[in-house]
Amino acid sequence: MSYMFTVSPDFSPDHLSGWYIFNTWLQRQTEQAIHLEILNDFTSLHSAIQKDQIDLIYANPYDAAMLVREKGFLPVAKPAGESDEAIIAVADSSDVNIVEDLKPGIRVAYTDDPDVRLMGMIMLEPADLDSDNITPVLTDSYPVVAKHLLKNEADVGIFLAEAFDDLSNLIKNQLKVLVRSQISVIHHALMIGPKFQHQREAMTELLTSMHHDEKGSSILKSLGFSAWEIVDDEETEFMIDLMDTLAT
Amino acid sequence: MIHDMQPDDIVGDFKEVYLQLYNSIKRRILYTDIETPYPDGKLIVSTTDLDGNITHVNKSFVEMSGYTEEELIGAPHSILRHPDMPPAAFKDLWDTVQKGEKWQGFVKNLRKDGGFYWVKATVIPNIRKGAVVGYTSVRRKPSRKKVEECIKLYPTLF
Ligand SMILES: Cc1cc2nc3c(=O)[nH]c(=O)nc-3n(C[C@H](O)[C@H](O)[C@H](O)COP(=O)(O)O)c2cc1C
Repeated sequence: MSYMFTVSPDFSPDHLSGWYIFNTWLQRQTEQAIHLEILNDFTSLHSAIQKDQIDLIYANPYDAAMLVREKGFLPVAKPAGESDEAIIAVADSSDVNIVEDLKPGIRVAYTDDPDVRLMGMIMLEPADLDSDNITPVLTDSYPVVAKHLLKNEADVGIFLAEAFDDLSNLIKNQLKVLVRSQISVIHHALMIGPKFQHQREAMTELLTSMHHDEKGSSILKSLGFSAWEIVDDEETEFMIDLMDTLAT
Repeated sequence: MIHDMQPDDIVGDFKEVYLQLYNSIKRRILYTDIETPYPDGKLIVSTTDLDGNITHVNKSFVEMSGYTEEELIGAPHSILRHPDMPPAAFKDLWDTVQKGEKWQGFVKNLRKDGGFYWVKATVIPNIRKGAVVGYTSVRRKPSRKKVEECIKLYPTLF
């Protein structure tokens, strides 16, 4: 039998080939048949999870609650020293200098990354903004969020901090950061489903030592981080509780 | 544990009051009019056991409260209790989380130096293997408008 692996659709397009190479490496190391299925959006992902089609997933923190508490998934590893953070930015030419300058009705550009949107909306709350009094501008990617700000098609943008930092200097110089989150405990993680859990321990061991050899290290680089580190169950439960407090 | 506040720790002119905590311990409170603004982009996080004794705090919690982590771990959460907070707010907090539900509210907290800071807090029960093992509170920056409303409302709730 073959196991199905997927990557949360908010991965950066630059890392697509990296995930395929990682999957090949993982199959060889674990001697298991693992099929990588890239799903294009969160709707298709959630329907695959509901149908119990997924056995291994590089998951967004927002989906961790459902995966762990409803579907019996367990954490395997997470990117070492990485966390998901959000940035609120406006065009450099904007009159807005602090979040509290923003007024109800403003156009907010974001992508469909659920955890980033959640963190971003929380950072807009001090200005009494919420999903009922903003005009949403949903986009496909962070460079498009930036473009909307520069063309004055949106007043404020919510970015994944890492994606913001990866924008070209030419673009960044025309943007003004109002807030950068410093939450530290919200992160993506590789999670394993019930049918595949007999491989969990072995996989954690393989992944956490993967950066020791050159081949492993170069695969990690193509995924955008330097090593996997262990995540224990309580750390994941804590993150899920934290996401839960942010969800309203 | 929880101690009386000491004049040496206080920054600025202060007032003095005694608060009955846990309906038993009496704590001497020294407090000032100095507000510390909520830091942008941060969450202040703590976890307690079932009785409300602190078991975990994050860095932002330590920085905003003015206490060291050692002073906080094991202390009752009422170490932050400000005399301007109406007891009804905390009764509602406890009634809600003990029912297994999420509580949300605006809280004025007391710093070790006698100053204060406003937060928007969300408290939830931590459920592990079907049982409640403690509670977690996550605070975020409140809107000034909501804080102004609480400044008017809370004195009427005593
Ligand atoms: C997870 C959690 C977090 C709490 N955080 C605070 C807080 O930040 N400030 C506060 O005054 N009380 C907080 N409380 C409520 C206190 O336990 C306590 O009820 C309150 O300070 C009033 O004191 P008293 O119950 O001894 O009268 C928290 C309770 C829980 C369960």
